Amino acid sequence: MNYTFQFGVVLARWPEFLEGAWVTVQLALAGFWLGAPFGLFFAWVRTSGPKWAKIIVGIYVIFITNIPVLIQVWFLYFGLPDAGILFDKYTCVTLALVVATSAYSCEIMRAGFLSVHRAEIEAAETLGFSRLHTVWYVVVPHIVRTIYPALANYFIVMTLSTSMAMIVGINELTGAALNIASENYRNLESVAIAAVLYIIITFAMSLSLALVGRWAFRVKARIF
Amino acid sequence: MESFLNQIPAFFSAGNVTLLAEAVGVTIALTFFGCLVGFTSAFLIVMARQTPGRWAIPLRGAAILFVELFRRVPFLVTSYLVLFSIVIVIKNPSLFIVGLVSIAIYATAFTSDIIRGGFESIPRQQIEAAQTLNFGRWRTMLYVVIPQSWPVILPPLIIFMVAFVKDTSLVGYIGVFELAFRGKELNNQGFSGIFVYGFIALIYFCLSFPLMRFGYWLEKRLATSRGQESQRELR
Amino acid sequence: MPHLEVKNLSASYGNLQVLHDVNLSFEKGEVVALIGPSGSGKSTILRVLMGLTPCTGGGAVLDGRPIDYRSAASVRAARDRMAIVFQQYNLFQNMDVMRNVTIAPIKIKRRARTEVEAEAVKILARVGLAEKGRAYPDQLSGGQQQRVAIARALALKPEILLLDEVTSALDPELVNEVLDTIRGLAKDGMTMLIVSHEMAFVREVASKVVMMDKGRVVEVGTPADIFERPQTDRAREFVGKILRH
Repeated sequence: MNYTFQFGVVLARWPEFLEGAWVTVQLALAGFWLGAPFGLFFAWVRTSGPKWAKIIVGIYVIFITNIPVLIQVWFLYFGLPDAGILFDKYTCVTLALVVATSAYSCEIMRAGFLSVHRAEIEAAETLGFSRLHTVWYVVVPHIVRTIYPALANYFIVMTLSTSMAMIVGINELTGAALNIASENYRNLESVAIAAVLYIIITFAMSLSLALVGRWAFRVKARIF
Repeated sequence: MESFLNQIPAFFSAGNVTLLAEAVGVTIALTFFGCLVGFTSAFLIVMARQTPGRWAIPLRGAAILFVELFRRVPFLVTSYLVLFSIVIVIKNPSLFIVGLVSIAIYATAFTSDIIRGGFESIPRQQIEAAQTLNFGRWRTMLYVVIPQSWPVILPPLIIFMVAFVKDTSLVGYIGVFELAFRGKELNNQGFSGIFVYGFIALIYFCLSFPLMRFGYWLEKRLATSRGQESQRELR
Repeated sequence: MPHLEVKNLSASYGNLQVLHDVNLSFEKGEVVALIGPSGSGKSTILRVLMGLTPCTGGGAVLDGRPIDYRSAASVRAARDRMAIVFQQYNLFQNMDVMRNVTIAPIKIKRRARTEVEAEAVKILARVGLAEKGRAYPDQLSGGQQQRVAIARALALKPEILLLDEVTSALDPELVNEVLDTIRGLAKDGMTMLIVSHEMAFVREVASKVVMMDKGRVVEVGTPADIFERPQTDRAREFVGKILRH
């Protein structure tokens, strides 16, 4: 094996890496915060909506969660133009992430809704809570504490999955790394730096999410 | 719409159908064998992580580090790391093997916690009994821990593997001829994107959905078994 | 020569020292009972002897051969020659009674299967479970499971049998069947170290009683000595409390 590692050449281009990392974070935030409200709505429909709505949303969720996100991106970016709909690549990727988030977060939140036991509600009612108070002081905190770890975990998984955006030409972190690699032929070093940045980003994310969870919602989670 | 319908016979030509079938085969083989290797090394990682003794501290640390690092790197990036590392040593590697190794590494990182959780659910008292009988760690695993924990470990592993079928689509980007990229080829050849990707999505759905249901069914079914060797009625 | 000597044995859990310089000695065929309040270290002695709890000082001598608990090979040798029965029976849930009893002799001691199984049948008969060979632990009562645990220990042909509060987890009506089994073993001359709360049984079966408190040996003597003529204050206090019922 005769390969000399030259990290210097690659590290010199750190601004591009950081820019790419920032794009990654932006995609993740957009995908999550635009998709989660839909997820909440769908979860509510699936638990307490009319039968016809439950079926439609159910089919949607089952379909989306069994298709690769990549195919969804390609469908939007390469497929829709045939029908005359042209989205730019950022919109395509964000849209695909929003759709995926709406489906996966729906399932997470639905599990949270279903985890509330009748017993808790009855206990609150016998203590004299009104319906509204019961919901706000007992049910909602319980659901939030149940859902939070799963959603936090999903957010991190989604951040990692933004790497496939490079396939349509977006310069998020993986894309930036491969661009740099194609110019100086330092393939392994460039990708390794990208990997390290992903590790740092996700580690920082899980740390802050765990801390927020502990302080705001009293969700016990391992910090590391 | 007419051009769309006109495309159908051309799309389903014998050549295309063969290529697509091959691609499905590659996707399934990659996922299955990659996960098999991954689950085995995840088991070894768990054993490494539980090795007692001060001398084993680097070993335990390495095992923990491996899992924590590769859980935080996107699968696409892991695939590139594997490809670029292998290329240094072997000039023209089989891309299928590169894909397999990437999948194995990813599976190892994500399933070692599942396996470890399953092993740790066996009551300590049985482990102590095995120790006093001079079983040693590997025999304890073989005769006591694995027989009782596999009903709890296997279904999540199956669910992981089925969910992973979707992620193998990324391996196509390093050049493996799996399903997603075959679809892209057909799109590039001129077939309507909506139709091609819709059809490919349908294939993935047919692979994923039934097996997911099977995984969840298996989880429920095995939740009551305790690895006992013969059928017998409860008292 | 004493069958087992415990010499200056010390042990701690983290910062808490649970055994201080314990010394014991007994001959072949003796039945030694360890009594004392909870936390006095009685079970800890058994666990240290079997290498389950780390020993921070001292060691043991079994039939003239010393055991160094810092050496893994030595611990293995100790486990080869002594067997322990736990309070919670600790049977392997995925194996039937026969396999629980025979697996160690076959797989670890590498003896022939037919020979081991023939012996196991005899041992199971001895503990009164001849027809239960194919039953699984969760199909048996607590007393039956404990007798299987004793059979499993006996199948190893140990030089010394350690019994750690083997009746404490049992429903009262199941205690006697286990005590009967132990009586039988005592009559057959098995050297035993028993930790127990069953004072009447201890008085009847033990040849030597060791009273412990806070990790130290307080007094040693025959059952008559300890229960009727306790010498130390602590022993007198303990005996007074337990014999009031």
